[in-house]
Amino acid sequence: MNRVDKKFAELKSAGKKALITFVTAGDPSLDVTERLVLEMEKNGADIVELGVPFSDPIAEGPVIQRANIRALTGGVNLEKIFGLVEKLRLETQIPLVLLMYFNSILSYGADAFFAKCAEVGIDGVIIPDLPFEESGEIAEYTEKYGVYQISMIAPTSTEERISKICESARGFLYCVSSLGVTGTRQEFKTDFGSLFGSINKYAKIPRCIGFGISSPEQVRELRGYCDGLIVGSAVIKQIGSAPDDDGKVAAVGRFTKSLAAEL
Amino acid sequence: MSKGRFGEYGGQYAPETLMNALDELEKAYNEAKNDPEFLKELDFYYKEYANRPSLLYFAEKMTADLGGPKIYLKREDLNHTGAHKINNVLGQTLLAKRMGKTKVIAETGAGQHGVAAATAAALFGMECEVFMGEEDTRRQELNVFRMNLLGAKVTAVSSGTGTLKDACNEAMRAWTARADDTFYVLGSTMGPHPYPTIVRDFQSVIGREIKEQCMAKEGRLPSCVIACVGGGSNAMGAFYEFIPDKSVRLVGAEAAGDGVDTDRHAATLTCGTVGVLHGMKSIFLQDKDGGIMPVYSISAGLDYPGVGPEHANLKATGRGEYYPITDAEAVDAFRYLTRVEGIIPAIESSHAVAQAVKMVRAGEFKKDDIVVINISGRGDKDVYSVAKYMGVEIREQG
Repeated sequence: MNRVDKKFAELKSAGKKALITFVTAGDPSLDVTERLVLEMEKNGADIVELGVPFSDPIAEGPVIQRANIRALTGGVNLEKIFGLVEKLRLETQIPLVLLMYFNSILSYGADAFFAKCAEVGIDGVIIPDLPFEESGEIAEYTEKYGVYQISMIAPTSTEERISKICESARGFLYCVSSLGVTGTRQEFKTDFGSLFGSINKYAKIPRCIGFGISSPEQVRELRGYCDGLIVGSAVIKQIGSAPDDDGKVAAVGRFTKSLAAEL
Repeated sequence: MSKGRFGEYGGQYAPETLMNALDELEKAYNEAKNDPEFLKELDFYYKEYANRPSLLYFAEKMTADLGGPKIYLKREDLNHTGAHKINNVLGQTLLAKRMGKTKVIAETGAGQHGVAAATAAALFGMECEVFMGEEDTRRQELNVFRMNLLGAKVTAVSSGTGTLKDACNEAMRAWTARADDTFYVLGSTMGPHPYPTIVRDFQSVIGREIKEQCMAKEGRLPSCVIACVGGGSNAMGAFYEFIPDKSVRLVGAEAAGDGVDTDRHAATLTCGTVGVLHGMKSIFLQDKDGGIMPVYSISAGLDYPGVGPEHANLKATGRGEYYPITDAEAVDAFRYLTRVEGIIPAIESSHAVAQAVKMVRAGEFKKDDIVVINISGRGDKDVYSVAKYMGVEIREQG
């Protein structure tokens, strides 16, 4: 059973919602990323997204863009991230999903990439520039190796699109909270009632909201609509808030705990 | 396979947030292109505002000097705003108006497309924001000021390498936040479907005119059409009409910067590999991990690490031929055409001129062949950079 499915089943029976946290792999170093994942798990994260750094991340706001550049400058690539996941798997069974751009997969070779994901213990992949229409390109391999492509739904997705996306979606639905790119937001302008009105009609798997969530207050505001919340840029900001590695790990741990307390 | 494919290339590799906007754009464009009223209006602006048809000029002195085939120059440099960019921009802003959008955004490298977009926005009374790499805003200060005069807001993009590819990233990011009231006027035959098709269709007026003018002057088709290729819009516009005419060679000149054996060039089709960026699958210059590489050319308009998907397919099928031209060869051609014909070509177009000269000198043509070079823009904007390249110092103000 895919770890994502197992986790949501556990959460459901405990009457809880998922906290999904994001860090860019290799920001500031792969060693710190390893510590961050374990610290986030310890403080209540249920699933961790690892960002694979890319030169041109078009769905990201400035915070994650800069994290990408820091990681790339440090020489991080897919092979090294697979190595990190292998190490992590000796210590934790937390579901791990990669957030990455399609060119990195194409460059690695789709078959080899998904085979390697399965081998090292990656449970799913979120690919912001591979919409439903293009997902046929990897469907054969996600199926073959049991690695999920996590599908995204946006406030601009029509009901027709939502129904098609939900038809083949696996793991959880990544529901984008707002228009625009990733990054913390003061307020949400999306009509969640109406958006989830459509999503709930077709969703067969857990629904999680991401983009812009940065505080326990916002977690409280949104948790009623969904089965989990995804926090990215705000975690990256915590990493930047302390000068040394121990401080970074502690700050992210505290922040994770404050979010988990609301779920 | 998804929509908008040219062989294996093209497609819609865009965030979910944009997919609805792309669907709406496709629907609106398919209606517009079959609406005689829309085509009439576009034709009106082409003729009355942009100065179309552009001339097909017989370069008699160049022909005599090279002693080879008959050389014709397609004078897109004589269009309003000085380049082919206006053809596409008029089409897209009219489409934007038809879709009820009140704001347009655009990306620009050297500033030619940005200036054209700002021009059309001024003409149709629309709000315009142009994304331009920070590095490019410094290199092309004059064009920034021109856009400001035209009423556009120029946003300097400091992310990534601060050049055209980053301006494209930022324009797409901005569009994901504003697609409801904003039309993205994309400047080349690239991006997610339907853009490569839309831009090619609006630019295809170039090739239709070449065919008509060549038939009128010579009574036969040209043997070869040569154009420079960055993203590839002027070349696609010049080539498209001739794709079924197998006797016509279609030749693209890419920017080889310091040379394709160095790491300072932008010769995508010569050195690149299959990738996905800016919403399309095409050929890109990338490292072993799929990271997009920094590119270089003396020509800011060809300074792009990818190429339009239809060109990638023309190369794959052998219908199009693509060759690299270095900075040095382009500057030589810039000076050559200026001296021989009294026409200062854009440094971008100079790559096409250089390719033509090279092919003639290599004996690739018979004496009665007809070679058409697309002079995609005028070179006034490049005088400073050519002077700098030649080591001549020019004071910017008199």
